[in-house]
Amino acid sequence: MTEARKDEKPLEFRQEHLLGLEYLSREEIECVLHNAAALKPTLDQKIKKMPTLLGKTVVNLFFENSTRTRTSFEIAAKRLSADVINFTVGTSSVAKGESLLDTARTIEALGSDIIIMRHSCPGACHLLASHLRSAIINAGDGCHEHPTQGLLDMFTMRERKGRIEGLTVTILGDILHSRVARSNIWGLTKLGANVRVCGPRTLIPRGIEELGVEVFYDLEQGIRDADVINILRIQRERMDSNMFPSIREYRLLYGLTHDRLRFAKPDVLIMHPGPINRGIEISQGVADGEHSVINQQVTNGVAVRMAVLYLLGQARAQKIEMEKAE
Amino acid sequence: MSEKKLLMDKEALAYALDRMAEGILALKPDVGRLALVGIRTRGINLAERLKTRLDHLCQCDVPIGALDITLYRDDLSQLASQPLVGETHLAFGVEGREIVLVDDVLYTGRTVRAALDAIVHYGRPQRIILAVLVDRGNREYPIQPDVAAVKIETAPNQNVQVRLEELDGEEHVLLVTKGPEDTHF
Repeated sequence: MTEARKDEKPLEFRQEHLLGLEYLSREEIECVLHNAAALKPTLDQKIKKMPTLLGKTVVNLFFENSTRTRTSFEIAAKRLSADVINFTVGTSSVAKGESLLDTARTIEALGSDIIIMRHSCPGACHLLASHLRSAIINAGDGCHEHPTQGLLDMFTMRERKGRIEGLTVTILGDILHSRVARSNIWGLTKLGANVRVCGPRTLIPRGIEELGVEVFYDLEQGIRDADVINILRIQRERMDSNMFPSIREYRLLYGLTHDRLRFAKPDVLIMHPGPINRGIEISQGVADGEHSVINQQVTNGVAVRMAVLYLLGQARAQKIEMEKAE
Repeated sequence: MSEKKLLMDKEALAYALDRMAEGILALKPDVGRLALVGIRTRGINLAERLKTRLDHLCQCDVPIGALDITLYRDDLSQLASQPLVGETHLAFGVEGREIVLVDDVLYTGRTVRAALDAIVHYGRPQRIILAVLVDRGNREYPIQPDVAAVKIETAPNQNVQVRLEELDGEEHVLLVTKGPEDTHF
């Protein structure tokens, strides 16, 4: 798991929030990955609990549906002994017209230390970070970023390939609506991977090359000699209907099948953030095949989120200690 | 200026480790269940040296593990930086073992308290023996060593530094006394 590092900058994490991988340095990303690697074996302990966040309150504030991300954060926080509150928006006063900031301030007044938020508006977590004292973790803000997914994808790549620098990673599918794609692009380029995006013209945002990626509209070219293919879900719920003619045509042109895998490297890793649409962006055979690490991604997600919670909890505790001293 | 006094040179350190191995066996552990667990960082190196001696003395192959206590510390908020979490390896399984917990210096007892918590989260050992190279007194928790090669009384402005060949390029133990103008060691 340890990668030889050219520069000898210390692995320090200097953030009070995790809003996106755009805002992290290479060293900060490596710090999270290092801690996650050390934390992963604790998932097999007899008693899977450490007292690190004992007495701290972690709130899951989800304005969009999510089961796997919310559950993953909840398990990670509970492994570190935090009290976890799931704030369900459908039944809360948001339904009665309360503003986002008022909802968040109410949660903080109830004693939150860390707020994990998913919201449909890009930048919603920035608003919270600038007005609240709690540490904020972005669990997905619209089509902008989903940093812990990006981190767990990188963790899985590094675990399986031993490195990230120099890997060719193809992000395949609906780039336009994907916060997972953006977090992957920011993180992977900072760690020195060659990043490609591949999909229909209508689902690739114009100007994405400026983020340091290569663009492909043809699947065979896009995955040629790839070390990793990260397949994105077709997000039917985010899409105006005219992005591509039909699901059938998308599957024919961009669905990843066993037959098409031969264009990639023989030991290619197949990743997907889930939930998967079997038979659309990924075939049954590929999803369950020998190259697939989709389930390992889920397990690694817990270790990565524990690392993030540890680092942010620690940063917050130090900040409070320093304020007390003044 | 801080003042350094040599507590043990290389030969004295080797002799102290011999004495520690003998001290562990004097507690009559069941050798078949014995396992060494070093507390990261220097406890691991010392555990390796004790393993060589115990393997030789008992004609056995004592399993060895490494323990990182970062997540179990009670002083995280008082530290200036966020310590990197190190890996814990207890591949032999602690259930029913007679574990020798090894650290270089015993001081407040807080590290050992955290280590005991960490170990029991991996299973229920039959017994835990605490073996340290230097007991420098000033305990804050009621924890005492079963085996200590050296016991000395130290003041809060003093520090015991164990320097090991493979980590530091030199092999000895120093007692460092901080001068009034030094802010840290």
